[in-house]
Amino acid sequence: MASSKGWTWFYRLGSPRWFYETTGRWLPWLGAVTLLLISIGLVWGLGFAPQDAKQGNSFRIIYLHVPVSFLALAGYYLMAIAGAIGLVWRMKLSYVVMKSAAPIGAALTFLALFTGAIWGKPTWGTYWVWDARITSMLILLFLYLGVLALQYAFHSQEAGSKAGAILALVGTINIPIIYKSVDWWYTLHQPATIKLTSAPSMHPDMFQPLLVMIAALYCFYALALILFTRAEILRRERDATWVRDLALQAESSRENE
Amino acid sequence: MNNIGFLAYLRRDLLLAYRRRGEAASPLMFFLLVSTLIPLGVGPDSARLAELAPGIIWVMALLATLLSTEGLFAADHQDGTLEQMLISPQLVVMPVLGKVAAHWLVTGLPLTMVSPLIGLMLSLPEIAIVPMMISLAVGTACLSLVGAVGAALTVSLRKGGLLLSIVVIPLYTPVIIFGSATVQTAIDGINWLPPLAVLLAMLCAAIALCPLAIAGALRLVNSN
Repeated sequence: MASSKGWTWFYRLGSPRWFYETTGRWLPWLGAVTLLLISIGLVWGLGFAPQDAKQGNSFRIIYLHVPVSFLALAGYYLMAIAGAIGLVWRMKLSYVVMKSAAPIGAALTFLALFTGAIWGKPTWGTYWVWDARITSMLILLFLYLGVLALQYAFHSQEAGSKAGAILALVGTINIPIIYKSVDWWYTLHQPATIKLTSAPSMHPDMFQPLLVMIAALYCFYALALILFTRAEILRRERDATWVRDLALQAESSRENE
Repeated sequence: MNNIGFLAYLRRDLLLAYRRRGEAASPLMFFLLVSTLIPLGVGPDSARLAELAPGIIWVMALLATLLSTEGLFAADHQDGTLEQMLISPQLVVMPVLGKVAAHWLVTGLPLTMVSPLIGLMLSLPEIAIVPMMISLAVGTACLSLVGAVGAALTVSLRKGGLLLSIVVIPLYTPVIIFGSATVQTAIDGINWLPPLAVLLAMLCAAIALCPLAIAGALRLVNSN
């Protein structure tokens, strides 16, 4: 129960105010690290990594495409887990995290599809093919949009959060099934021509900047999630005294300037 | 006696459907009418129609099921039956399963029964008729169960219909893939049992898991 010390951090997590104040201290650091990693990764990947033998410079979009695709999928699981925590422990904060993760995830999924289309034009000669991975990403985008739309459809915030959480969980069970069936569907109907031209194993000179970019995008995701969550916390707790104090403080400091 | 709720709700929903026969027939009419539109759009060439037939029949069956899913809990929500169901001492899962079974008996099963007619009209090869019927019977049951999750989530919303399709259609994708694949493999003369087996496996999983999600959605989302 609450007396055991090991759980105090967990109970504290339930307090939006605690989250707001703690992450406020992290933000500058996280922001600096994100910026640093993104600039290193981009300059290294776009400027210094060697050209691909077959694709030339167009392969460099991989440095955005791959990390974004990773996060699009990981973000769905994060959203679903946050929703599950909300359903089980009725934690206010986790619903806020879930709600914030949905638009970020949808945007990342869209970006993954978009960069893929741009990449597809010079390599495959077309913006869109019904490839297994592309199709499952498209369905993932629809899953995200469903969770988003459902959450906003309810007047009561609580009902919207719970509905979103249940749908996210149902989607989680479905994602492996969808991926496997789309995979199977594709092998059944596979057109013969399309193959990724680059070899599956990458040269270390190309791979290292990709690793940096993956780390950078993970940091960026954390940053975006925290910022979205903080904004949503302020919106939801706008009647709480600590938020009013915060607003008054900000106003008075602006007047002093 | 755990199945009391199941049989009671099954009987009740079937009776209600019987008394509103016109309403119950509309998904079937939709299925027939839209399938008639396809040759008008694509052209009467029977070779081309035969090629498209498995996909068309499955997409139409999916849409027809989706249309009827919206009303699955709506009337019960309005007249308070849903609340009675939720406060009853029994598990909510069994009545929910009863309602979904009734829904399938009223929509999925009739769709399966008229599908040979549409198959004939779209010049689907005769060899594929039986696989199509079996796959439709199993697949529409899956669709009913998954659709019921969406219906439960959106039942208290005034404009739930459009939202229901956004929520449910992505979850339908595995069913349509394996459903039309069963028909397609039968046309190609390959063994069509493997995709059907996958479809059956999905039905088993849906029977086990969907009622939990439906019950949770009904209780949590619509309690206030």
